[in-house]
Amino acid sequence: MDRRRVEEAVMKGLMKAATLLIVGVLGLIMLTILVRGIRAMSWSMLTQTPKGGFYLGREGGILNAIVGSFYIAGGATGLAFAAAVPVVLYLNVFCRRGSRTAAVIRFLLDVLWGVPSIVFGAFGFLLMLAVGLRASLLGGILTVSLFVLPILCRAMDEVVRMIPTDLLESSYALGATRLQTAVRVVLRQASAGILTAVLIAFGRGVGDAASVLFTAGYSDQIPQSLTRPAATLPLAIFFQLGTPFPQVQDRAYAAALILTVVVLATSLLSRRLGRRLTRHSIS
Amino acid sequence: MNQPHIRVENLNVYYGSDHSLRDVSIELPGRQIIAVIGPSGCGKTTFLKSLNRMVELAEGARVTGRVLVDGEDIYSPTAEVTAIRKKMGLLSQTPRPLPMSIYENVAYGPRIHGLNDRRKLDEIVEFRLRQVGLWEEVKDRLGQPASRISIGQQQRLCLARGLAVEPEIILADEPTSALDPMSSRRIEECFLELKKDYTIVIVTHILRQARRLADYAAFFYCGRLVEHGPAARMFENPTQRETIEYVKGIIS
Ligand SMILES: Nc1ncnc2c1ncn2[C@@H]1O[C@H](COP(=O)(O)OP(=O)(O)OP(=O)(O)O)[C@@H](O)[C@H]1O
Ligand SMILES: [Mg+2]
Repeated sequence: MDRRRVEEAVMKGLMKAATLLIVGVLGLIMLTILVRGIRAMSWSMLTQTPKGGFYLGREGGILNAIVGSFYIAGGATGLAFAAAVPVVLYLNVFCRRGSRTAAVIRFLLDVLWGVPSIVFGAFGFLLMLAVGLRASLLGGILTVSLFVLPILCRAMDEVVRMIPTDLLESSYALGATRLQTAVRVVLRQASAGILTAVLIAFGRGVGDAASVLFTAGYSDQIPQSLTRPAATLPLAIFFQLGTPFPQVQDRAYAAALILTVVVLATSLLSRRLGRRLTRHSIS
Repeated sequence: MNQPHIRVENLNVYYGSDHSLRDVSIELPGRQIIAVIGPSGCGKTTFLKSLNRMVELAEGARVTGRVLVDGEDIYSPTAEVTAIRKKMGLLSQTPRPLPMSIYENVAYGPRIHGLNDRRKLDEIVEFRLRQVGLWEEVKDRLGQPASRISIGQQQRLCLARGLAVEPEIILADEPTSALDPMSSRRIEECFLELKKDYTIVIVTHILRQARRLADYAAFFYCGRLVEHGPAARMFENPTQRETIEYVKGIIS
């Protein structure tokens, strides 16, 4: 065999091994969560809030954390979306191609993207102290929305940037203003990608523990108002893993399983809906 | 000759430090087909886009000189750019239907200019689609995405969409270069029909197409307008050396 064939075979083997490694690790994680989580999984885990002695292994479930997580991640994603749409439209429709301002904003968003969520948590905490807000649903929503905002902006920006210039120009040529073009053409053309971005942001928000640690607090009740503390799935995992009781630790894996299923369902949903939304898109 | 519809005076376009259109002055007659010809990169697209101020959307573009449409300078600071563009339909090289249904594509223009009456919109859509000979082909699937019809049909849809805002002028940049011969023919037939009511400026690489369609022709070379005049004279008796060589196919 000549040299190039050997090279090819070796490299191909390495690539296969690396792929296998990644898939293997992923499979192992899923398996661990599944095996340990299933043990503690029950209908009451999903439908009940913690009863007395829950953290010692007695009755109850983590409905408080499930609902709390949906409230916080949903509220935060909604809030971040409301802020991200104008940013993305500004970057892509109102700034000229190659604009310096747009480049600077994109760079800042990338920097923010890289900031660890615990820093957002600490910042949110300070902000709440300054305005006299205690750990609460509202505090969690605000902090998580700051955390997912750069993710959402950049993810949406990437899809909107792919829109061909002459599609916008054909709208301008009809006498449309930039705003009309942004709302009626850009958002529509990018709708599938925007939805994916929103769901990615939701997935990141729902799974993050550090940003809610100081800001949302934790409560065994389902929050009844924005100013009450709220439990979240990542913290439910965190607290239950920290106990010395194996049954309670198993419950942490059950919570992890629920969280994983939520995130998985989110990405499956984004694919489904994405396909429907691309119906009218121009390729 | 008709009185001029568009008058260009000392038009210069720069992209950054690139001087892409050099001191162009020309009067374009109304209700005729004007062919803009010349080798690649000579500024044909730039010229066309400076007629409806699309050129200023490009990065670093700068325009000096005047373009008068019906006697009004479209580059004057008080000119309303959306109103100017409404006066001119633009047909680009690759058809770009908007990301919506066939119906909504045609209705888009009227809608953005404030028309929402469904009955009127229905009328407009049918009338414009008939005008470009597309109605019979799509009347049963007006709600389908515009991206589903063939490229040739998409180009006629784009023409209908442009006509729906009631322009006076149609600007077309190599409108048939992405189309098959049959679809190209249909676009050409549309133009010949439309020139009774519209001034049509068409950029084309295809000399034979220019001969078939044009009443008037303008030849650009290296950013300059070298020669212009009635099509018959331009193609039979060009006077400038570059034009002669281009028309004979020596330079392309
Ligand atoms: N957006 C732009 N930015 C910078 N330079 C440009 C831009 N558009 C065109 N140019 C330059 O301006 C000159 C004229 O370009 P233009 O597109 O008008 O030529 P054209 O005659 O339409 O060519 P073609 O027949 O290939 O379409 C070229 O040298 C080109 O490089
Ligand atoms: Mg061109």
